[in-house]
Amino acid sequence: MDKFNDPANGQEQRAMEISDKELETALQDFKNSIHAWSDAAYHRPRTLAAEVRHRSWRVALGWALGCFLVAGTVSGGIFERNHRLELARTAAAQRSADLQRQLHDQQAAKQTDEGLLADVDTDVSREVPSALEPLAQMMNDDETK
Amino acid sequence: MAAGTALDAMAITTAEDAAAQEFARVVQKHRPQIFRFLLASTRDVDLAETLTQECFLKAHRNWASFRGESSAMTWLMRIAINLQKDHWRNRRMQFWRTTRTNGVDVDEASEWLSSGESSVEQKLLARERVSQVWTAVKSLSERQRTVFLMRYVEEQDLNEIATATGLSEGTVKAHLSRAVARVRLELGGKR
Repeated sequence: MDKFNDPANGQEQRAMEISDKELETALQDFKNSIHAWSDAAYHRPRTLAAEVRHRSWRVALGWALGCFLVAGTVSGGIFERNHRLELARTAAAQRSADLQRQLHDQQAAKQTDEGLLADVDTDVSREVPSALEPLAQMMNDDETK
Repeated sequence: MAAGTALDAMAITTAEDAAAQEFARVVQKHRPQIFRFLLASTRDVDLAETLTQECFLKAHRNWASFRGESSAMTWLMRIAINLQKDHWRNRRMQFWRTTRTNGVDVDEASEWLSSGESSVEQKLLARERVSQVWTAVKSLSERQRTVFLMRYVEEQDLNEIATATGLSEGTVKAHLSRAVARVRLELGGKR
């Protein structure tokens, strides 16, 4: 069954009541209206200046936005590069300082060990048992003679 | 030999001139119709003008390939329909752009009436009917609207509509039937 023949729907029932003559008149009016509008619009004076100004404003905004994005990208890249270089430089300095300190510590430790050994040697060499004191005295005397 | 070449060149120039004149005649004859169809489809005077310009530019570029299998009007209408489709597709794709349109609403479009109505009452009734048809047309699908406008505003044959839209005649009839039913419903519902 055609949906417009369904008597259950009141609106569609009313639509069926539209005679062909009424429909034809409405379509004719519609056509005439569009023809009148089209003729008027076709022969209207053109207003190009406002449109051009509007477009140029939009183009300028687009360019500004584009330049801003490019500048942001470039400066961001440069900042990132400098930041990485700075970090690398700091890390290198840190490593160098660590090495320096380790070297210094090693040298200090070495000097300490050598001094301690020397002291021990001196102490050991000076330390004479009391039982050998006469012999040591005799050796000293011989040397003086 | 040289004389022959010169004659060939002259013949080519004459043929080009003839084609240019023929195209100029086609533009002069069909431009208002194409503009009217696009205006009715878009309800936007500026957009209709732009699309009309593009339509004739495209037609000019492809004028040499037009073999006259259909009428020039049908061929131009097909170009206009495709341009219109492309325009709406592009607009849908560019959803981030501000959709600034100069399209008028249904009431404003209904303001235009032919000078045939004599009394104020007749004018009011005609305006009411036009507004109702516009409301119905607005609710149609793109394809139904195109077919409806070509049939009832441009008064083209079913065969021409089928050629211009690339649809079969049966499909065109089906679209027209649905569109008219919608108009009928709108006219009946507001009584």
